[in-house]
Amino acid sequence: MEEVRIYIMGKEYKVPAGLTIMKAMEYAGYRYIRGSGCRAGFCGACATIYRKEGDYKLYADLACQKTVEDGMHLVQLPFSPANKAIYDIERVKADDKTILSFYPEIARCVSCNTCTKACPQELEVMDYIQASLRGDIKKTAELSFDCIQCGLCAIRCPAEIVHYHVAQLARRIYGKYVAPKSKHLEKRVREIEEGKYAKEIRELMNKSLEELRKMYNERDIEPGD
Amino acid sequence: MYPKEMEKSIEKVERNREERLHRLPERLKEKEKEELLLKWHPDYKPEAKRKIKVGVSKNAIVPNEVADLIEAYPLENPDEIDLSQIDYQADVLIIGGGGAGTCAALFAYYNGVKPENILIATKLRNGDANTMMAQGGIQAADKENDSPLLHYLDVIGGGHFANKPELVEKLVMDAPQIIKWHEELGVMYDKSEDGEMITVHGGGTCRRRMHSAKDYTGMEIMRVLRDEVRNIGINVIEFSPAIELLMDDEGKIGGAVIYNLETDQYYVVKAKATIIATGGFGRLHIQGFPTTNHYGATSDGVVIAYRAGAILRDMDSVQYHPTGVAYPEQIVGLLVTEKVRSLGAQPLNCDGEQFVHPLEPRDVEASAIIRECYGRNKGVITPTGMRGIWLDSPMIDILHGEGTIEKRLGAMFRMFKRFDIDMREEPILVFPTLHYQNGGIEINSNAEVLSPNGVIHGLFAAGEVTGGVHGKNRLMGNSLLDTQVFGRIAGINAAKYVINRRIGKLNMEHVKRYIDELRKERIEEKRRAPMILPDYREKRVLSRAIDIL
Repeated sequence: MEEVRIYIMGKEYKVPAGLTIMKAMEYAGYRYIRGSGCRAGFCGACATIYRKEGDYKLYADLACQKTVEDGMHLVQLPFSPANKAIYDIERVKADDKTILSFYPEIARCVSCNTCTKACPQELEVMDYIQASLRGDIKKTAELSFDCIQCGLCAIRCPAEIVHYHVAQLARRIYGKYVAPKSKHLEKRVREIEEGKYAKEIRELMNKSLEELRKMYNERDIEPGD
Repeated sequence: MYPKEMEKSIEKVERNREERLHRLPERLKEKEKEELLLKWHPDYKPEAKRKIKVGVSKNAIVPNEVADLIEAYPLENPDEIDLSQIDYQADVLIIGGGGAGTCAALFAYYNGVKPENILIATKLRNGDANTMMAQGGIQAADKENDSPLLHYLDVIGGGHFANKPELVEKLVMDAPQIIKWHEELGVMYDKSEDGEMITVHGGGTCRRRMHSAKDYTGMEIMRVLRDEVRNIGINVIEFSPAIELLMDDEGKIGGAVIYNLETDQYYVVKAKATIIATGGFGRLHIQGFPTTNHYGATSDGVVIAYRAGAILRDMDSVQYHPTGVAYPEQIVGLLVTEKVRSLGAQPLNCDGEQFVHPLEPRDVEASAIIRECYGRNKGVITPTGMRGIWLDSPMIDILHGEGTIEKRLGAMFRMFKRFDIDMREEPILVFPTLHYQNGGIEINSNAEVLSPNGVIHGLFAAGEVTGGVHGKNRLMGNSLLDTQVFGRIAGINAAKYVINRRIGKLNMEHVKRYIDELRKERIEEKRRAPMILPDYREKRVLSRAIDIL
């Protein structure tokens, strides 16, 4: 079995090559309480920073999605303190000043791109902060959509911006006010409220197993797309 | 980038891609499905299950891993817990901060409970839940050619007609208003320019009713709900799972004992209504399967509710998602969303041949894949000896145009790219993985938990921890829906219930009675439950571990 050396908060362990950082730490004997969530790259619980031997750079990634490398010096970032603006989504306005008014610190962005480099999702973080500064809600929402809110951008930012909260507000404004409403959805909700299906669903519930089987097996299936 | 041996098989897949593009195998007839399930679905292995020896659902058959938790002693002797000091008081206590619990909290608030009187106690962080990982979508019959009646038929047919009708009714009838509520909160569903929802099929659906937010559907819903909980100021205690329920002297539930994972201290929470929303059991690794589930999915809610007299139903039935990652090794078992097949990727064996329709219900699809690998020996073998079949993902961009994978399956694309596999160019290797707890504790259509003597007063439940909604097999897109529909119902009914609730003297007599029963059945005092977290430390480390601090 090929082994690599990793340094967990400075302590050396030999672990099998090819493991993710998360599995390598468990292999070494660590048991997670914090720092492990979905274990699949969706929750942002396992933000990790590391350096490599002979390399001045500070790298960031997710422990559950990054394979260990020989000589990796790492520490996990189980929590990042961040203030979130409190707002009533019913009352916020979908205009170009809203985001700036809740998060005035975005004006401090110096376009250093450190946030983008830190993002384990490889999002264009600085670009969406710049978009939010211009009041471009749509662009902020779209560029930030795949954000897993791990906090690595915010903890690296020299301007102390909390990018992922900024993005969350933009997406909610976009989803609620900017994106077109779904008319067929509204219609169906109204139909159900007016009792359109009430009688039929009762009848369906009271059908015998045999009848239901027959209906199920004979139902027509809409072609795929 | 695949090893050479696997590349050889990929050449066969590529050779006949053009010819397969618009050709699909027939869907199976009812009888064919039954035979396939009986022979190849892991659920039909009798040696993997046993009758439970204690409790109100004594003699029910459940997977051995679940029985081990049911037939286990409490983490702490109830006599050692001091109930005279109340650490937290709440009108509504919600155990579990995933999709169902967070939704329940919001609806308790909408229905009159003050934010400071709602408490979410959760094992990990608010949002660390399977909801966050649900990729493919959420079902709702809101299109012109669709109806809740057709949705109903799909749910019970897919569930082998074992579902509880009153729960299915709620699921399908409330679905459109849930999507509407999400829209109003600002969830970014995939829509066309005129606002029409972009919907696709899921396995076993007769209409295209899968709504999505790229392949981050659950994450998008979860982060919006969580943001709203924070805006409203609802209390959340993280890293504090419940380890036992509390009763009062009238036999009603009066809160729970929660445990701070970081300080080892327990807290007594006195609550007028308690909602269990703890999710499922993937981390029990039933039959040794890898799982798609999050770190905390250890079925704690089933264990503590069962001690309080909740009925278990359909717990014998486990969902294996047909397509978990089989290669590369680092991410084995993680979910490859069904949407990959919805968008046209075909399952193929090592010779590049089709062997099953891509969108059979999950249990059927999974069985066909297992048969292909182990019955017909037509699987692709990885360097670590794992078997899998191909999902021909490059078909997606061919069928829907270049850029579709990146745009609509961004999470999948990213996951494979991290390990040097470009799913636009090459197929991906999959094998069934443990995905979902089909059964659970029984509720009625008010989300009240049921005992053999009727409703357990003061106790509600919602989401994967419950049974009955999905019968013996859940369809894609109905679990996110389940969390929202029943989270909402639980929140509303809990809010009503607390208005006239007076809590008597708290006790843990039900736990003591349970211990007596375990002893009477001569169950050794070596297993303790709930599990709280799995332990993945190496045996080599554990064998030399000592407990001195």
